[in-house]
Amino acid sequence: MSDILDILLAANFWAAALRIATPLIFGVLGALICERAGVLNLGIEGIFTAGAMAGWMAAWLGAGLWGGVLVAALAGAAFGLLHAILTVPLGLSQHVSGIGVTLFATSLSYYTYRTALPDVSSPPRIEAFQPLDIPILSDLPFLGPALFQQTALTFLALALVVAVGFVLYRTPLGLAIRAVGDNPSAVEAQGLSVMALRMGTVVAGSALMALGGAFLTMSAFDAFFFGMVNGRGWICIALTVFASWRPGKALIGALLFGAFDAFQVRLQTEVGSFVPGQIFLMLPYILSIAALVVVARKADYPRALLKPYFKGQR
Amino acid sequence: MTVPEEAPPIALSLSGITKRFGALTANEGVDLDLRRGEIVALLGENGAGKTTLMNILFGHYVADEGEVRVAGPDGTLVPLEPGSPHAALEAGIGMVHQHFTLAENLTTFENIVLGTAPLLSARLAARAAREKLQELMRRSGLVVDLDARISRLSVGEKQRVEILKALYRDARVLVLDEPTAVLTPQESETLFETLKALAAQGLAIVFISHKLAEVLAASDRIAVLRLGRKVADLPAADCDRQTLAELMVGHQVTMSRREPQAAGEVLLALSAVTCGEGRDTVSDIGFELRAGEILGIAGVSGNGQAMLARLLSGLERQTSGDIRLAGREIRAHDAADMIRAGVARIPEDRHRDGVVGAMSVAENLVIEEIRSSRYQRFGFLDFRAIADRAVEAIASYDIRCPGGSAVARLLSGGNIQKIVLARTLDASPSVVLAAQPSRGLDIGATGDVHRRLLEARGRGAGVILISEDLDELFALSDRIAVIHRGRLSPPRPAEELDRAAVGLMMAGQHTEDAAA
Repeated sequence: MSDILDILLAANFWAAALRIATPLIFGVLGALICERAGVLNLGIEGIFTAGAMAGWMAAWLGAGLWGGVLVAALAGAAFGLLHAILTVPLGLSQHVSGIGVTLFATSLSYYTYRTALPDVSSPPRIEAFQPLDIPILSDLPFLGPALFQQTALTFLALALVVAVGFVLYRTPLGLAIRAVGDNPSAVEAQGLSVMALRMGTVVAGSALMALGGAFLTMSAFDAFFFGMVNGRGWICIALTVFASWRPGKALIGALLFGAFDAFQVRLQTEVGSFVPGQIFLMLPYILSIAALVVVARKADYPRALLKPYFKGQR
Repeated sequence: MTVPEEAPPIALSLSGITKRFGALTANEGVDLDLRRGEIVALLGENGAGKTTLMNILFGHYVADEGEVRVAGPDGTLVPLEPGSPHAALEAGIGMVHQHFTLAENLTTFENIVLGTAPLLSARLAARAAREKLQELMRRSGLVVDLDARISRLSVGEKQRVEILKALYRDARVLVLDEPTAVLTPQESETLFETLKALAAQGLAIVFISHKLAEVLAASDRIAVLRLGRKVADLPAADCDRQTLAELMVGHQVTMSRREPQAAGEVLLALSAVTCGEGRDTVSDIGFELRAGEILGIAGVSGNGQAMLARLLSGLERQTSGDIRLAGREIRAHDAADMIRAGVARIPEDRHRDGVVGAMSVAENLVIEEIRSSRYQRFGFLDFRAIADRAVEAIASYDIRCPGGSAVARLLSGGNIQKIVLARTLDASPSVVLAAQPSRGLDIGATGDVHRRLLEARGRGAGVILISEDLDELFALSDRIAVIHRGRLSPPRPAEELDRAAVGLMMAGQHTEDAAA
């Protein structure tokens, strides 16, 4: 028991939780706004991969770290546009299109990487984002190392939680996005374009997802590996439901998942001698499913989610 | 306010509006002028083109020919850009759709201000908007809770939100599509009072309806549409029900009359049948249905008649009791068996249970007989036979649609009901189960339904008519029973009953006496 307490009281545990949560925060914010507009974006797993690859490669080619982040966002936006065209004006199945985008984006990323670097055996490294040293805050006892020794991208993710929340709930644009995911006829009857709103939101949401991928190659690690996204996109889809489509709850969900993950790594070293390691690897996923079951049963879905809208149709 | 000496200025002018959907002409050369402060009723049967006309006005559809002109703030008429709801809103046209266009998860306030501020402005100007709304609510008497979620509001409240939405945008013309279809009689009365008050403040109002009584009571002028053309445009004071009904339908309207006729042998017998749990149940029900009679089952919705209909449709199985169809005991719930046994089913929710919306009119017409050799060749569907059947049914039942290949979902309720009638009654069933068969239909379609049911009776079929409408029940039924909380009173000849007594029994009074 005291072992567990030791884990929870260590500052590096909380720092790890926040670090693990960062890509999920980007991803869940992106998935959340897409779904708020009524479009499920299962392209997320592939968009993560594309963002990871594109951001890393841009930085490796000398675009600079922030240049890489921008390239990642643009790559995500491009795949988002593809998904948006297929699902909004064409009204195709959002599930099928999303899975298609995931397969396409993942394969294209691997292909581009292999084509650019045909002969390397160990992935080339870049000079990744370093933890910021914030005056005063970083030096606080416990809180400093726990919360304030993160890279710029983590702080960007936290800022985006606030920004997305503000846009959704405090601006006319956010109101229109929430309305278009609930009843597109209401939006059209008020003279707004359902198509423009949905497509714009999916493109923006996909750019956010790609930042989650960029975090992996440019902050958490400093290189690109095959399979490195490893289901994080799918976790974001689940977290979106867990969060009831609210940015604040999305942050909590991502942090919980990060904490579970950080916890299992540490628990493994404590009691790993007599419990197989795979059990611990499953732990965050099992807990996510359990949390989802508890929360999602009451979830208030955006009512027009998954429903294509055609103007003038009865 | 000054009293106008001459006719008030025109607020809206439609001229020569024509709209075609494929082979179907929804509107043809329709002219309509609307003056400030005037309430105009647009009257017509289902499918007469009323909603299409208003959707053109609001920019949901683009007219093939013709022009819409709207008075600007200075009173001059300017052409309205077609096909743009945004332009219509800008021009001061507000529309209250029959199916509300409200986002249920948002609040009243959010629904009203949606789209009124530039999307990229930094904040919702909430305080100014609220002040304006408070003032509007005070002036119009349309009071709603601004911070309530739409999903929590009643239908009447939702409609008030829709009207406020239009007023908030400074609408000078208000269009309401079948505004009373979903309202209780009291709510309708309140609505029309509000509309009159708004018209007195200078608003020009058009409302679409097929209910003669409310059109006569609430409007200043009545425009009648028939088959897409305007056939009359009269001051309401010069109209009466009979002339309006004939203008709408295009021929003399005579209510179908039931001729006395001796009932034959027992076709269907229920004894002590119990089924279901909770609200929608039937308990200990018994009656006999004879050939050549219409048995009316009166009752307020939700008293078990839906369960009774499902039971007799073969969609449910009784927990106890006995159902005999032509002397044969019915045990399993088996819809196909009921159809083979000659039970024609006209379901209550015709859109959901009456047709497969995504399939064509022709397919829906033959769907119950698809196993019969009539529509098969060598085990495959015989499309020619199916298409021929569709042509014949469309003609004999007057189904208004572009053709047999039209998608059923896109038809009006009355035409969907005609598909159901054609499918079920043409096979000369011995028992007809009609659940709320004329609910939501206009005069013409209701008359068709009644005529077909009486024809079935005349052929010697037994008809069970489940209805809430006393006019309908007394016009058609030989005997009437009342269902209340799952219990059925013994059927009595309609001649021995009066409307007031049946009304009271529907409300749960005297059921004990009647059952005794």
